[in-house]
Amino acid sequence: MKAPSFAYAKPRTLAEAFDLLERPGARILAGGQSLIPSLNLRLSAPELLVDITGLAELRGIALEQDVVRIGALTTHADIERSAQIRKHLPLLADAVVHVAHPAIRNRGTFGGSVSLADPAAEYPACLVALDATIVLRSRANERMVRAEHFFKGLFEVDLREGELVAGAEIPAFLKGERSVFLELARRQGDYAIVGLAGVTSASRKRIAFFGLGAKPVLLQPKSLEEAKASIPAPSADLYNTAATKLHLAKVLLDRAWTKL
Amino acid sequence: MDEALTTTLTVNGTQVTRAIPARQHLVDFLREELGLTGSHLGCEHGVCGACTVRVNGEIVRGCLMLAVQANGCRVETIEGLSDSKELAKLQAAFHRHNALQCGFCTPGMLMAAQDLLNSKQRASRDEIRAHISGNYCRCTGYQAIVDAIEEVIKTEAMNG
Repeated sequence: MKAPSFAYAKPRTLAEAFDLLERPGARILAGGQSLIPSLNLRLSAPELLVDITGLAELRGIALEQDVVRIGALTTHADIERSAQIRKHLPLLADAVVHVAHPAIRNRGTFGGSVSLADPAAEYPACLVALDATIVLRSRANERMVRAEHFFKGLFEVDLREGELVAGAEIPAFLKGERSVFLELARRQGDYAIVGLAGVTSASRKRIAFFGLGAKPVLLQPKSLEEAKASIPAPSADLYNTAATKLHLAKVLLDRAWTKL
Repeated sequence: MDEALTTTLTVNGTQVTRAIPARQHLVDFLREELGLTGSHLGCEHGVCGACTVRVNGEIVRGCLMLAVQANGCRVETIEGLSDSKELAKLQAAFHRHNALQCGFCTPGMLMAAQDLLNSKQRASRDEIRAHISGNYCRCTGYQAIVDAIEEVIKTEAMNG
């Protein structure tokens, strides 16, 4: 189908973007890889699309004092090609190749995926496992929210009126830290049936599942048995029952445990 | 009433300026305004890959980009890459291996395959499959497509 009518504006500064976003029916357009399908399917009907892709300050990857900052407009392809991500956040480097397909990774953005919070998406679970902080900007303010608290429910995040996701701050891996990323999907690049992002350090393990519930499910287990027993009851989706998902989550735990 | 925005882009090396309604996606613009019907529209929500075109050197879903977003961009389609002979080896290999039947997916498949050839000199069959994973073909079962791409990669590697 074809998208409904809307107006379009491409601001050159963040201040201009915040002005435009105050107009009735305004919505942010970044990579558009989820928003444009929903427009084409007429699942959403904004009056004005504010294309923020011209705001260079929101794009890029930087390492400062053991923290990796990823700007919201950084594309999946940028993350895939980044030597810094491979070195300091191998979990994300392993995850990004599961995000859709090359042509979509060239346009889809990190911030778009974070603000959409699809329950089967890779980044939210990775950010929870990595104990990342989401950076939110409004006209006058910057607000920081831990990923664990930012993802609140099904497509629901802690984003207030007048705010946008500016990026995330993620602690770089220290020596001895390891990670594992596993995803089960029917076809490379499809949405996950179940997936797992795990990080282990000397003192703790953080394992976040995606595709199991409405938001990332975080476990901090001491043993494999404890981990398996503490998986909350999954919700079924169109193709997989709750029992299947629970079984597959345990399979992933078995596979992950040897690497964590 | 659709709002139309003056948009200038370069398509296959030719600069064009048009007033484009904001809601029109790139492939509708290419097909209906410019008559470049080689890029196909299958699902129109980013699943099938038939609409794959190149924007500023990178492959994208033409149905998931508004034409007005291509303002200032360099767009290349199957027509441009055929005329420039960039795709000639792949096209010949697809022909040789019978890597198409109805041909609907072929333009997008060639765009994705050429993108792999440009970015990676030696790709395994698994890497080929991963790179074309976003392009549906309902005729061939993919085997012949992977064979054709693999042959071009191996020939290129031998020729150094």
